[in-house]
Amino acid sequence: MSAGLEVTGLGVRLGRTQVLTDVALTAGPGSWTAVIGPNGAGKSTLLRAVLGVVRHTGTVRWDGVPLDTVPRRERARRIAYAPQLPVLPEGVTTRDYVSLGRTPHRPLLAAPRAADRAVVEETMARLELAALADRVLTTLSGGEQQRAVLARALAQQPQVLLLDEPTAALDLGHAQQVLDLVDRLRRTDGLTVLSTLHDLTLAGQYADRLVLLAAGRVVADGTPAQVLTPGALRTHYGARASVVTGPDGPAVLPVRD
Amino acid sequence: MRTRPVPYLAGAGVLLVASVLLGVGVGALPLPPGPVLATLADRAVRPLGGSVDGGLGPVQAAALLQLRLPRVVLAVLVGGALAIAGAAYQGVFRNPLADPYLLGAAAGAGLGATVVIAYAPGSGAVPVAAFVGALVGVGASFALGTAAGGSSSATLLLAGVAVASFLAAAQTLVQQRNAEDLQQVYGWLLGQLGRASWSEVLLVLPYLGAAVAVLLVCGRALDVLAVGDDEARSLGVHPGRLRLLVVVAASLATASAVAVSGLIGFVGLVVPHVARTLVGGAHHVLLPMSLLAGGAFLVLADLLARTVLAPAELPLGVVTAFVGAPFFAALLWDRRR
Repeated sequence: MSAGLEVTGLGVRLGRTQVLTDVALTAGPGSWTAVIGPNGAGKSTLLRAVLGVVRHTGTVRWDGVPLDTVPRRERARRIAYAPQLPVLPEGVTTRDYVSLGRTPHRPLLAAPRAADRAVVEETMARLELAALADRVLTTLSGGEQQRAVLARALAQQPQVLLLDEPTAALDLGHAQQVLDLVDRLRRTDGLTVLSTLHDLTLAGQYADRLVLLAAGRVVADGTPAQVLTPGALRTHYGARASVVTGPDGPAVLPVRD
Repeated sequence: MRTRPVPYLAGAGVLLVASVLLGVGVGALPLPPGPVLATLADRAVRPLGGSVDGGLGPVQAAALLQLRLPRVVLAVLVGGALAIAGAAYQGVFRNPLADPYLLGAAAGAGLGATVVIAYAPGSGAVPVAAFVGALVGVGASFALGTAAGGSSSATLLLAGVAVASFLAAAQTLVQQRNAEDLQQVYGWLLGQLGRASWSEVLLVLPYLGAAVAVLLVCGRALDVLAVGDDEARSLGVHPGRLRLLVVVAASLATASAVAVSGLIGFVGLVVPHVARTLVGGAHHVLLPMSLLAGGAFLVLADLLARTVLAPAELPLGVVTAFVGAPFFAALLWDRRR
């Protein structure tokens, strides 16, 4: 029961706005949970609260241990994060950027050791970045940059991967490539994935659980078929859509009057 | 591309040595590099009981050791300190237009120096007053920025703007009330190394050396900071603490440089950009590259300053700005495209 990621009673207030209220969710080891919800529902804030970079009430536990009791470096060895709009440093090669993922594993001021460099090369090879290792990060295409951000997170050798809209800047083909990659990694490495995804059909196809946030509260939580219903889309998104059953889960089909 | 920084660092090192030899060699009394090196080697081994032949004559040796060398050494220290501080500020604030004077260091130093020139002339306290003024300026910016918005870099920059304009206004007022000292104040504000001596080198070396050492050690950590505060936190780093450490070290380097040379502009802004185009943006390479290139640049600029209109001297800040401003314009032009 204690295994995996457990969020209980999570609340976040930013200024005078209550962004999240009493959010609870659990994610077993090796599972993929997608947080969905309309714009402004608090999806990104939820991820950042789990990461521990926004002040919050409630508890986030990993393997039964409350994460706010874990030192920051220690936490960084367990949880990695790829934001929606990653800051890409100027004039830095892909290899140097991916190497940043080793930061929690090496002394902050020291050069990467041979073991760190080996992890970096291996991670780049897995994500098909080896040929781009010496290119300057900002000159890569959007899909390549997204893979580099993922590689940096994976070089942390985390147990939990927090992905904020990993496909936001990508076309359908590249989005599927990235999601396939994440799916493969979580199956081979047992990574627990918690992501936000605005594309509901992709969310239903890749995640084994969906958590629907609306106005900072969890309003539905379950399998894609349980959560993605025309009623929920109408109530929480104000959307007109029908849900058809595709080969890999429910597909959301917008309809006109 | 940009994966082999070592040749560039070695090249900058060679450039620095060459500019030092040029800097001590050129002047009313030419000192050729061979005998200069022989004299220096002779001085180095003499305490050990050795000697090296082929050195300069006594007059030339005195000119080298008492006039040229301290001035060139001070130029290396000041130029290197301003350039590495500029690179550090640009990294910490993730802002390509940041420079060492950004957080009120220049305005504070200017006020300190002006007050001493106006009210305690001839006391020799200008370097100390400038040093203290620079630290007070940065400290006030930091206190205001922290009180207003935690450790976010945008708030800190705005606090720096507020403090700098306040101190600059105070400096202008003191200057206007003591118009007879105007020329001396201007001479200081525009930067100069004309009065350089070993005592000034020794005065700043401890602070400058410590600050530069801290910055060089922080290169890797600055690379982490470059991905933004949230991501830096997710990598186990405390961005606020790290930023504080780097800003304090860079400000100490700046204050030390300002104390002995006045306000030399553009070195801290331009040199890091040139270094970045050569070795890329990774700070563990960019910082040492800026240090070496900044030292070489200021030696050459000072050489121009004292030879173009010899025996008169141009203010050093004017020379660096003459070189720096067109470069900066080109940089903006390039960004626009």
